[in-house]
Amino acid sequence: MNEYSKKMLKVPTYNLLREQDKDKLPVLDVRNLGIDFGGLTAVDSFNITIGPTEISGLIGPNGAGKTTIFNLLTSVYQPTRGSILINGIDTKGMTTHKVNKLGIARTFQNIRLFTDMSALDNVKVGLHNEIKCPFLCSMFHLPPYQKAEAAATRRAMELLDFMGLADVAGQKAGSLPYGVQRRLEIVRALATNPSIILLDEPAAGMNPSETTELMHQIRRIRDTFHIAIFLIEHDMNLVMNVCEAIAVVNYGRIIAKGTPEEIRQDPAVIEAYLGREEGNA
Amino acid sequence: MKTMLGNMKTRTNLVTYLVVIAAFVLMQVFNSLGMLSSSQRGYLVPVCVYISLAVSLNLLVGVCGELSLGHAGFMGIGAFTGVVVAAVLKDAVAGDAVRLVLAMIAGGFTAGVMGFLIGIPVLRLRGDYLAIVTLAFGEIMKNIIGNTYAGIDGEGFHMAISTSKMKLGEGGKYIISGPLGATGVEKIATFTMGFVLVMFTLFVVLNLINSKEGRAIKAVRDNRIAAESVGINVTAFRMKAFVVSAFLAGMAGALFGLNYSSMTASKFNFNTSINILVFVVLGGMGNILGSVISAAVLYILPEAMRGLEDFRMIIYAVVLILVMLFTWSPKFKDAVSVAGDKIKGIFRKKKEVGSNE
Repeated sequence: MNEYSKKMLKVPTYNLLREQDKDKLPVLDVRNLGIDFGGLTAVDSFNITIGPTEISGLIGPNGAGKTTIFNLLTSVYQPTRGSILINGIDTKGMTTHKVNKLGIARTFQNIRLFTDMSALDNVKVGLHNEIKCPFLCSMFHLPPYQKAEAAATRRAMELLDFMGLADVAGQKAGSLPYGVQRRLEIVRALATNPSIILLDEPAAGMNPSETTELMHQIRRIRDTFHIAIFLIEHDMNLVMNVCEAIAVVNYGRIIAKGTPEEIRQDPAVIEAYLGREEGNA
Repeated sequence: MKTMLGNMKTRTNLVTYLVVIAAFVLMQVFNSLGMLSSSQRGYLVPVCVYISLAVSLNLLVGVCGELSLGHAGFMGIGAFTGVVVAAVLKDAVAGDAVRLVLAMIAGGFTAGVMGFLIGIPVLRLRGDYLAIVTLAFGEIMKNIIGNTYAGIDGEGFHMAISTSKMKLGEGGKYIISGPLGATGVEKIATFTMGFVLVMFTLFVVLNLINSKEGRAIKAVRDNRIAAESVGINVTAFRMKAFVVSAFLAGMAGALFGLNYSSMTASKFNFNTSINILVFVVLGGMGNILGSVISAAVLYILPEAMRGLEDFRMIIYAVVLILVMLFTWSPKFKDAVSVAGDKIKGIFRKKKEVGSNE
C-alpha cells in the first residue's frame, strides 16, 4: 500500500466500499467531480467509490445537486472538473448511449417511459443492443433476426416476471399505475445488462406497502444480478434499511459519508436537514 | 395478451397489403374492360408515386416524429437520376421493365446518398429548426437540378452546371438542359411497376416499423433522453430513418420522371413537399394505411374536379378542413357519434318492432 492510499484510507468516510469488494475493481469511481452552470457551482469535489455488489444511497435536501450528479454520471451533462470511471474506463466526452454500454443504467425522477408502447416493448427497447443483427437483416425480418427477436421477447418476459410485472406486459406503459411505472423503469434499465444501476427516487409516490416491497426487490436485484445499486431517495426508512453505505450532499458538496448508523448521528447531516439551533449559531 | 398484440400488428399490416392489391386488381380489371378514360389512366402512375412518397414521409414525420419539408427535393433527385440512367442505358439494356427498375434503384440510391449528406448537418437540429432547414435543402436540391446540364454523345455521358462547359459531340443529345428540364423522355413507367413500388415501399416501411429499429425509432420519438439512457444511439437512428425515407422518395421520383415526356425541376418545389405532408397528416401520423388512402383520394380529388375550374381548389380546401375536423376535433367527433347513435337507434327501434311482430 503506498503512502497516498494510506492517507486516503485515514479519511474515515472517503470510501464506501464493502469489505468483500475491497480487492475488486470498483464499478464506479468518481474523483473530484464538479460542474458549473454559468457562475453557479452545482456540484463540487464529489468523490465516491462503489464496489461491484454494493447498495449505496445518495441523500440530501432538495436542490442539493443529487440528480445533477446522476446526470453527470450518465453523461447527460459533461463535467467541468474531475473524472468518472465506470469499470475502470474514463467516460470523458462520451455520449449517454456509449456510457450505457460501459455498464451504467438509470431510472428517472420524473418517470420517462415510452408511454405509447406496451410494457413489453419498453423492456425490449432496453434489450436493443442485446439483439445483435445488422440493419438490413432486421429490416427484412430474416430468420436470424426473428430468432434473436424471439429470444429478446423471452428475456423481456423473464425480467418483467422478476419484478412481478408479467401480467401487464401487453398494456400501454402510459396507462399503468404510478408504482408499476417506476418498477417498469427499473426493468427497462436492467434489460441493458448493467453493472451498476442508478435509481432516482424509486419510492417517490409509492404507498408504504409498495415501498416495503420495493426494498425487498432492490435487495433481490443485487443478489440475483450481482450488480451495484446507487439510489437517491427521500424516504429515510428505505435508505436506512436498504443501503449499506450512504453519502450526504448539500450545496453540491459531500458533507458526510458512512454507514446508515454513522449518518444518523452525524452532526453535519442533522444540521443540513433540521437546521442549526439558534443559540449556537 | 402478448401474442394478441403481435397478431393485431400483423393483421393491420396484412389489411394494408390487401387493400393495395385489391385496388390494383380492380384498376387492372377496369382498364381491361375499357372503363377508364385516357386521362383517368394517366392518374394511375402518379397515384402510386404519391402513395409511396406519403408512406416514406410518414416514416419520418409520423413514426420518427421529425418534421421534414424537403421530401420533394429527394423526389426530384430521384426523378432526374432515373431519367438520365434510363437514357444512358437505352442501348445497353434491352427490356424497358429492367431499365425502369435499374433507373428506380439508381434514383433511390442517389437520393439516399443525398439524404445521408444532408442528414449530417440537418439531424443536429430538432423540431421547427429541422423543418426550416429541410425546407431550405429541398429548395437547394431543386435549384441544383434546375441548373444541371446532362447529355450523351458518341464519347459517352457528359454533365455540367452551365451551358458553356457543356460540349456535346456530333449527334449528341441533351437529356437534361438546365431550367428547361428533361425533354424527350421515353415514357417507360407502367402502372404495374407503380404497384410494385408501392408494395416495396410498404414492405420496407412496415418491416422497419415492426423491427427492433422501429422500436428504437419510436422510443427516440417518445422520450429521447430515456432512449439514450438505455444505450440507443439517437443520431444514428434518426439518420437511418432519414436515409431510408430519402431512398424510397428517390425511387418514387424516378418512376414519376419516367412517366412524362418532359419535366422541369420547378415541379419539385415546396408546394409538392407540402402536398405530400398533407397526405401524411390527413392519413394520420404513423398510420401507414391512412397514408395510402389519403394520398390516393387527395391526389385524385383535385384532378377529378378539373371540370369545376376555379372552384376546385376551394372545394379541395373545404374537404381538407372537414377531414381535419372529423379526425381531430373532439366536439365534432362527439357530434358525429351522437348523430350515429341516433341513426342506430332508429334501426334498433325498427328491429324491435319487427321482432315484436
